[in-house]
Formats: sequence, structure tokens, C-alpha cells
Amino acid sequence: MTAFVEFERVAYRVDGRDVLRGIDLSLERNETLVLLGRSGSGKTTLLRMVNGLLSPSSGEVRFEDRRVAEWDPIRLRRRIGYVIQDGGLFPHITVARNVGLVPELEAWPVDRIRARVDELLDAVGLEPGVYAGRYPRQLSGGEKQRVGIARALAADPPLLLLDEPFAALDPVTRYDMQQHFLKLSKVFDKAALFVTHDLREALLLGSRIALLHEGRVEWVGPRGEFLRASSPHARTFLRTLELEPAQ
Amino acid sequence: MNAFVLEILRTSGEHLVLVATAVFAAFVIGAPAAIALTLHARTRRWVLGVVNVIQTIPSLALFGVLLPIPLIGGIGKRTAIIVLALYALLPIMRNMVVGILGVEASIRESALAMGMTRQQILWRVEIPLALPTILAGLRIAIVSTIGTATVAAAIGGGGLGTFIFRGIATADLTTVLAGAVPAAVMAIIADEVLEWAERHYSV
Repeated sequence: MTAFVEFERVAYRVDGRDVLRGIDLSLERNETLVLLGRSGSGKTTLLRMVNGLLSPSSGEVRFEDRRVAEWDPIRLRRRIGYVIQDGGLFPHITVARNVGLVPELEAWPVDRIRARVDELLDAVGLEPGVYAGRYPRQLSGGEKQRVGIARALAADPPLLLLDEPFAALDPVTRYDMQQHFLKLSKVFDKAALFVTHDLREALLLGSRIALLHEGRVEWVGPRGEFLRASSPHARTFLRTLELEPAQ
Repeated sequence: MNAFVLEILRTSGEHLVLVATAVFAAFVIGAPAAIALTLHARTRRWVLGVVNVIQTIPSLALFGVLLPIPLIGGIGKRTAIIVLALYALLPIMRNMVVGILGVEASIRESALAMGMTRQQILWRVEIPLALPTILAGLRIAIVSTIGTATVAAAIGGGGLGTFIFRGIATADLTTVLAGAVPAAVMAIIADEVLEWAERHYSV
């Protein structure tokens, strides 16, 4: 039995620049692997290879034992929920229609879609009666991200990809969302790849952490071990947790 | 006097048919072409360049150029409609292209990542979001065609230009105004109605 998602010697070059080099990583069912790294470390590029938005220059990405390149991209993407920083909600349709979009594309019956939308809005802490008919522009940043997560969960995909979903939120809202995400990923029993540049978030949400630096995995392991990691950039990240002025 | 009013009404009707036919033809040809152009950057620059050049030709000259050409030219309504449609092409195509390409990258990426097909992204995301811009293009096309269509009378295309040319020839201001005022009123009404539609469909 191989892993749920696997990266094998993945490299990505663009305009003569190596964005990713020799990436070997795997994600098991029901775990959250956090891809931690600074801007430009290649973590978003890696994430976008799982649902085929990008293809590796060399190496292989596999999802459910099949190479991503062999999947029908439409089928693949409907089995993977995707959440991005600004939500990517469609501004011209209501919250309910945003959340129910993939079920609608999958031609679910109307009443089943409605029930699913209500269930998910409830699950992300938005009262369906209040929010279903609103448009994205009538939501706060945190509410948009809640809708974004509900939308990603709509067709019950086994895997979620999250690209700095909480990075633009104020710290208190971010904390609420992180706690909520922990609860949700348990309730809905999902595997997740979670991209962030925030070590606190990584430690809170990840069952494992992979630290990316300049296109390579510098460190990977269970979150508890990260605090004792000795690699130089892991130390750099750990310094961001300190509250005392540096010497 | 009563006969004069009737003639103004009949000619206004003729003018409207001229404008509607030309803009409809330009839309039927321009809209699918514009959608295709959103996919190919190089072809897009080239085609929009050509359409742009057409726009810079003085309308009277274009009517004149088409007159001797067989099939599409000659005296009458058909030539007039072809010329008017060529002019309406630019605002329709340009706004459609700009509107579709202007859809935010993050929205297009979400659509793609949710497993929408190319067709679904076009019809369910890009066109609805581009609609205000598309309507703005249509508004410019209709309002300017109402004006340009007065020149069609020069090649026997009929419409309100008939009064204007007749008035100029006889140095009779009343006759000129009988053509100009209804054309202006028509343009203002079209502008208001379409502006309302534009606002109504903007997010």
C-alpha cells in the first residue's frame, strides 16, 4: 500500500530557475502535512502539482496510487478541495451557490445540494438562514474563508489543499479559524496539505511539518520534533516564536 | 405638417432598423470572435489592430470605398449595414476581450481547481463577470451607430440622414433638425437604458 499523495524526485524549473529540486514527500490518509517555508521557497508550486494546476519538470506526483498526469484533470480536481488566501469565491453568485457549485457540476439533485450546503455552513459556523443568500462582497474576511472551506468540502473530497488560507486575517480571527479547522478536519476525516509561512500555525495544525527552503525539503518530521530540529532554517523559524529581543 | 410628422416617424423607424441590424450583425460576428481571441494573445493583438484601423477610416470615405465593390457594395441599405457593422465591431469586440481577460486570476484559478471545464468557466464565471463591460461595449456601439447611420443616407441607405442631407442641400434648418433631433433623442434614450442595464448586472 503506497501513500495517499506521493512526491517522488519532483523538480520544477521555470525560466531557467529551479523552483523545486529533488522533492520526496508523502501524505497519508487522515493526516495534515504542513508545508512550511518563506516566500519563494516553492511550497505553493508543490501544492499546485497535486491537482494538476502545474506539472513537474521531472519526477512524479501520485494521488490515490495514480500519477497525476494520468488522471482526467476534471475528475481529479473534483476529488480535491482547494482553498486559497483570498477565498477565490465567485462574486456574482450567492454563498449558497458558491458552496454548492461542485455538487451542482456533479449534477446532484437540487434538494440534496441544499441540504449539503446547510450542513456545511453550519459546520463552518455560519447560520445558513443568515448567510446562504448573501453575496461574497457582504462578508468579512473571516466569513469569506469559512465559505471557502465549506465550498472545498462540498462534494466530500478525501483531500484538501490549503494555500495560506488564513494569512490575510487578523490574529484573533486567524486563531478562531485555526481552532475551527482542527475541529473540522477531525469531524470530516480529511487528509490535508496546508501551506503556510507561520510556524505557530504549522505547529498548531500539522500532524507533520515539512520545511521547504529554496526549493528543497530541509526538514520533515512530526510537529513535536520540530522544536528540537537542528537544521539552520528550522532554527531561524523557531526564533520567530521568541518574545525576548535577540542578542 | 401632419404628413411631415409621419415622414419623420417612418424615417426614424427605418433608422432604428438600420442600427439594430448592423449592431446585431456585429455582435453575432464579434462576440464569438472575441471569445476565441481571449485564448490567443498574438492573434488578438493582430485582429484588434485591424478592427482598430477600420474605426479610424472616416465613415463617409468607407461608404465611398465600398460603393464600387460587387456583392458587398453598391447603392442601398445592404452596403450601409455592412459599413455600420464594421464600425460597431471594435467596441463590441474590445470590451468583450477586456472584460473576459479582466476576470481576477484568483477567481479563474479557483474555477479551474474546482474541476470546471473550459466551457463551464467561460459561461458560468467569465461571461457573467464580464457582463457589465460587455454591455458597456454594446452601449458605445449602439450610441455611435445611431450617429454614424445618418451618413448612410449618402449612399441611399435611408434613415434620418435623408433629412439632414436634404436640409443641407436646400439650406433649410428645419429639415436638418427633423433628422438630427430624433437621432439625438434616440441616442440619449439608448444610452440611458443600456447604462441602467450595465449597473443592474455589475457585481
